[in-house]
Amino acid sequence: MSASLQKGIDVLKEVIDAPVASFFASCVHCGLCAEACLFYTETDDPKYTPIHKLEPLRRVYSREYTLLGRLGKMLGLSKPVSDDELEAWSELVYDSCTMCGRCSLVCPVGNDIVYMVRKLREGMAVSGHAPQGIQEAVKRTIEIGSPMGVKWPAIQHVIKDQEAETELKIPIDQPGVDVLVLMSSMEVINYPEYLGALAKIFHKSGVTWTLSSEASEATNAGIQIGVSDLAREIVARIVNAAEKLGVKRVLSPECGHAYMAIRWEGPNLMGRPFPFEVVHVLELLDELRRAGKLKMKDQFTTPVTLHDPCQIVRRGGVLDAPEPLLRQVVSDYRPMPDGNKWNWCCGGGGGASSIQEPAAEALRFKAFQVKKRQIEASGVNTMVTFCSNCRIVMEEAVDHYEMKTQLLGLTELLAAHLED
Amino acid sequence: MNEIQLLTWVRGPGLNIAIGVFLLGTIWRLFEIYSLGRKQDIAAARARAGASGWHTIFRRSLPAPGLMQRSPISYVGGYIFHVGLAIVVFLFAPHIMLVQGLTGLSWPGLPSPVIDGVTVITLAAMLVMLFDRINRPVKRFLSTFEDYATWALTFLPLLTGYLAVKHLLLPYTAMLAVHILSVELLLIVLPFCKLFHAVTVFGSRWYNGNINGRRGVPV
Amino acid sequence: MADHGTLEQRLAQQGISRRAFLKFCTAMASLMALPPGSAAAIAAALAKAKRPSVIWLSFQECTGCTESLTRSHAPTLESLIFDMISLDYHHTLQAASGFAAEKSRTDAMQEFYGKYLLIVDGSIPTKDGGIYSTIAGRTNLDLLQEAAKGAAAIIAIGTCASFGGIPKANPNPTGAVAVSDIVKDKPIINISGCPPIPAVITGVLAQYLTFGGLPELDHLGRPKAFYGETIHDRCYRRPFYDQGKFAKTFDDAGARNGWCLFELGCKGPTTHNACATTKWNGGTSFPIESGHGCLGCSEPDFWDAGGFYQALSMPATPLTFATGAAVAGAAIGIGVSLANRAKKSAAKKAHQAATLDDLEK
Repeated sequence: MSASLQKGIDVLKEVIDAPVASFFASCVHCGLCAEACLFYTETDDPKYTPIHKLEPLRRVYSREYTLLGRLGKMLGLSKPVSDDELEAWSELVYDSCTMCGRCSLVCPVGNDIVYMVRKLREGMAVSGHAPQGIQEAVKRTIEIGSPMGVKWPAIQHVIKDQEAETELKIPIDQPGVDVLVLMSSMEVINYPEYLGALAKIFHKSGVTWTLSSEASEATNAGIQIGVSDLAREIVARIVNAAEKLGVKRVLSPECGHAYMAIRWEGPNLMGRPFPFEVVHVLELLDELRRAGKLKMKDQFTTPVTLHDPCQIVRRGGVLDAPEPLLRQVVSDYRPMPDGNKWNWCCGGGGGASSIQEPAAEALRFKAFQVKKRQIEASGVNTMVTFCSNCRIVMEEAVDHYEMKTQLLGLTELLAAHLED
Repeated sequence: MNEIQLLTWVRGPGLNIAIGVFLLGTIWRLFEIYSLGRKQDIAAARARAGASGWHTIFRRSLPAPGLMQRSPISYVGGYIFHVGLAIVVFLFAPHIMLVQGLTGLSWPGLPSPVIDGVTVITLAAMLVMLFDRINRPVKRFLSTFEDYATWALTFLPLLTGYLAVKHLLLPYTAMLAVHILSVELLLIVLPFCKLFHAVTVFGSRWYNGNINGRRGVPV
Repeated sequence: MADHGTLEQRLAQQGISRRAFLKFCTAMASLMALPPGSAAAIAAALAKAKRPSVIWLSFQECTGCTESLTRSHAPTLESLIFDMISLDYHHTLQAASGFAAEKSRTDAMQEFYGKYLLIVDGSIPTKDGGIYSTIAGRTNLDLLQEAAKGAAAIIAIGTCASFGGIPKANPNPTGAVAVSDIVKDKPIINISGCPPIPAVITGVLAQYLTFGGLPELDHLGRPKAFYGETIHDRCYRRPFYDQGKFAKTFDDAGARNGWCLFELGCKGPTTHNACATTKWNGGTSFPIESGHGCLGCSEPDFWDAGGFYQALSMPATPLTFATGAAVAGAAIGIGVSLANRAKKSAAKKAHQAATLDDLEK
């Protein structure tokens, strides 16, 4: 057994726990998880059945932690998990799984499948079986500070632009304020107006806030590839900056897995509860709306529909904020079928969008067909969302299918119609 | 060995062994599974997890939106099979007698013709589900020897019970013995195969409900 | 030495009318479910039949079988049947005793060698050389083997002779066995029951005398005409079983309404016998009709087939190993748990923080 494979198996031994054991003991091979997975429903290929993607984890569990499996291993009755097998599974665990967690919602015996995918990725990654694209994103995040290689000067540039645009001062490294605002590099590059929007909203509502020159990046490729040690290093930057500045809250941007990384995994990675609160930008905005501090000057009249990002809604629990906020600003909201926690993934979450191989890209486009049907069912050409990764993945797919759908970020939309 | 000896054996030593193995296996497996423990989630919960685990135990019995259309046989067949099995196992007078003899607990049963009907429907549902397992690409792909063997081990007690009551194929005594024997086989393998979901389904649903309940997502 | 003339002659001598004889033949025919015309054939055959010599050996038994046969209603069909045969040896019924009795047996065995009918009641002890039951200083085993040699056929009367019966019940201290366990080279008819129905004994004898051969037997050597169906099949309380109406105690409303006794331990469903149709005491009644469940006495090992008052679906003592199994399961479970925990914490202890280099293989 190669050293890297050994390392992978050892990590799996660390992360296998009672829920994993219970889930594997409960699976009856009913195949219903496949019906909830866009990679199966859009390809009809049974290998994309979610529980099948966990086969290496199941085998390690059985061989290491069940008496019969241990006996089988001792007597050489079962084959060990091999490098070849893990390599073959890389496509199933990364390319064709966005960790959207829809399967976890339908399993009749209650298996939280995505909980197990997250764990299997720990073993896949350290044994060297994660896709190149995600490896590189992690590398850039660790070495440069952001998965897209964005450095502080680039952000300073965006700050300057947005200050000019909004004629508002964007605070940097201000201690003792209410909110530390984080960005995702996707936003810095593609949707810089997010920052200006926030500046406007906070100015109107009297929320004090700051950016940190030490921790502006919210995304965490370590979570996506599934290496807790690296994810911890990345999240620690934010925690340290927030503690140093003494903020009450850390604001997760419009990015799904960033929210998952800081809000839900963060304290567990750091091994301690945070002295500050982590909120998603929509949670904060909804709070302002409910306090009457988010007044609109007019409404967006084009009919819109809403895409709920998996990591924020289904897996993050921000269930109630998006719709009221959207209704605050649009006059014609047409919900799509399977909304809220039942939404279908954009097809590029969980790191999948960083995988550049043509086959993976083609699979993403194929999986997008379910979203395409949802958009068509809503009957409108404008779709609002609140995750910049979803947005960019869907924009690419919209182009690919030559659809007329236009995508908007909810925070920006709110900012654009904010009372002056 | 004649019929009555076989019947005596399956009702005596055979059942002792089967119940023994069942208890041994169940307790062993429960320890094996749940002693692995899990890390406490130290992220501040959005909502107290409270009874979310318990809610999921019940909620998961209902089909997820859209899935009834996508895999109707799994749900309809699954409901009929599980409910039918429960009715036949727990509401057939001789079975109630058995429980009463063991525990002193007793409850009203259903008339034999009703049980007969339910048994036939349950058997039919199982046959349809077997067909679905072979016919549906995902199920066929996932299926191993274990899936077919456990199907057979569940089907046999129902079938032999029905044949015994109806005096078909074998004399009643022999069929009753075969029926009890098939139940014993089922008891013996249950803790060591996927049939153990009969026990762990509650733990699995509870974990799922609890994990997601802390995040404020009713699953 | 008894008179071995034809039955008709003997009946006439005793003043039994032809009418009474024909009535008997009709009863036998219906009992054995023969076609209507066969009563005449039986009568004709029986009338001409020479009374065969019968040797009746009683081993480990309670004499219940003989009582059943001889103490039924009078005037008896059974008394008629004794007129059909020449009972040359039956140590309960014969007047002779001691050497004279044994002599009548050996004489009959010699004179009718190869032709006499051997009837056995009681089981045969085999343990310790069979010393647990002896007659005139000889073991039952010895007597049976000797008598079987010259027998045309053997009729095992009662469950003891047929299947070992109560003497064979656990722990079977005498090593009791059935006739069929000892004798392998002769036709054997088992007329089981504890005791067997008298009419069944006479019916089988009548058939043997009439047609000469053995009746059709089931897989346990019992005549199918009488043992083909279960008590449950022909029980007049069967409709209540089908409706799920069961007496729960012997004095509840269900019992008074005559509901099914299944839950009170009736073994009718597993018992093959003619009680429900032939009934006892001249067709008066049978146990279930008298309010008690069937004990299953005509089946092998009925004494050990669970309690008489335990429903058939009820196992005897299913939790025998429960405590032991639970303790063993917990021991294995805890053992695996400890080993698992050790393995997991070892893996955690050996954990080296992953670095970027680990991502590439």
